[in-house]
Amino acid sequence: MKEFLDMGGYAAFVWPAYLITFAVVGLNIAWARRALARSQRDARRRLQTQVQLRKEAA
Amino acid sequence: MAWTWFHRLASPPHVYALAARLTPWFAWPAAVCIVAGLYGGLVLAPPDYQQGDGFRIMYVHVPSAWMSLMVYTTMAVAAAIGLIWRMKVAHAVAASCAPIGASFTFVALVTGSLWGEPMWGTYWEWDPRLTSELILLFLYLGYIGLRAGIEDPQRADRASALLAVVGIVNVPIIHYSVVWRNSLHQAPSVMRLAKPAMPLSMLTPLLLMLLGFTLLFGALLLVRLRGEVLARERTASWIREAVEG
Repeated sequence: MKEFLDMGGYAAFVWPAYLITFAVVGLNIAWARRALARSQRDARRRLQTQVQLRKEAA
Repeated sequence: MAWTWFHRLASPPHVYALAARLTPWFAWPAAVCIVAGLYGGLVLAPPDYQQGDGFRIMYVHVPSAWMSLMVYTTMAVAAAIGLIWRMKVAHAVAASCAPIGASFTFVALVTGSLWGEPMWGTYWEWDPRLTSELILLFLYLGYIGLRAGIEDPQRADRASALLAVVGIVNVPIIHYSVVWRNSLHQAPSVMRLAKPAMPLSMLTPLLLMLLGFTLLFGALLLVRLRGEVLARERTASWIREAVEG
């Protein structure tokens, strides 16, 4: 295990590279889901406004 | 008609529903390929005879660099389709690509830099390959900035699409920069016509990572695309089904 973590002396380069890559993968998943959730929330709000306007017009 | 599939792809409600259905078919295989690729790359592959275990950075660097170019090409093609056929869905695809591509271009630059220091003795060099990849990052950021700066969505779509299409000239420059000129960066060892310059035990995890990242891009694109399609629809009745169904 120690040997694996040591990466033949390249640990200071190999592990940060993997860490940054998978941090960005994780962030991409979170950002994409958040962007979709935001669009859905905005769309819901637009629908409510339309219903409100129609009620006021009636 | 042979073109009906094309017309269906231009229909926002169809695309919205299709993207939702397809997402898991990209996400789960992506996870499987990446986990298998990681195990193969970090544990099973033997150390390189020159670079020792340092070469294992390849398994994150090469897929990220591949993403940076593949996502840009997808973005530019979608932008061109959006410009030519005035197709809203195509613009939505292009807009969805930009943040994904920008972040993986950043990863390609950082992991390359972390690989460069122990192997070349420097984190950065104004070398053709490195410089053209940095320009790619600026193209992505310019695209995102341009979109953010224009309030009217249709104008933002058209202006940013033009930038994306013009910027495509950088993609072959990046790819061939190591072939055309003397570069510190090594020449392609997988994406070339001859046999890959790697034993199978090293190559297989790399191919798994490449496939995994490509599928991941598909899943991320599909999720973002739904958001972008929804944001472009103002009054369509299908929105009610989409957000309340």
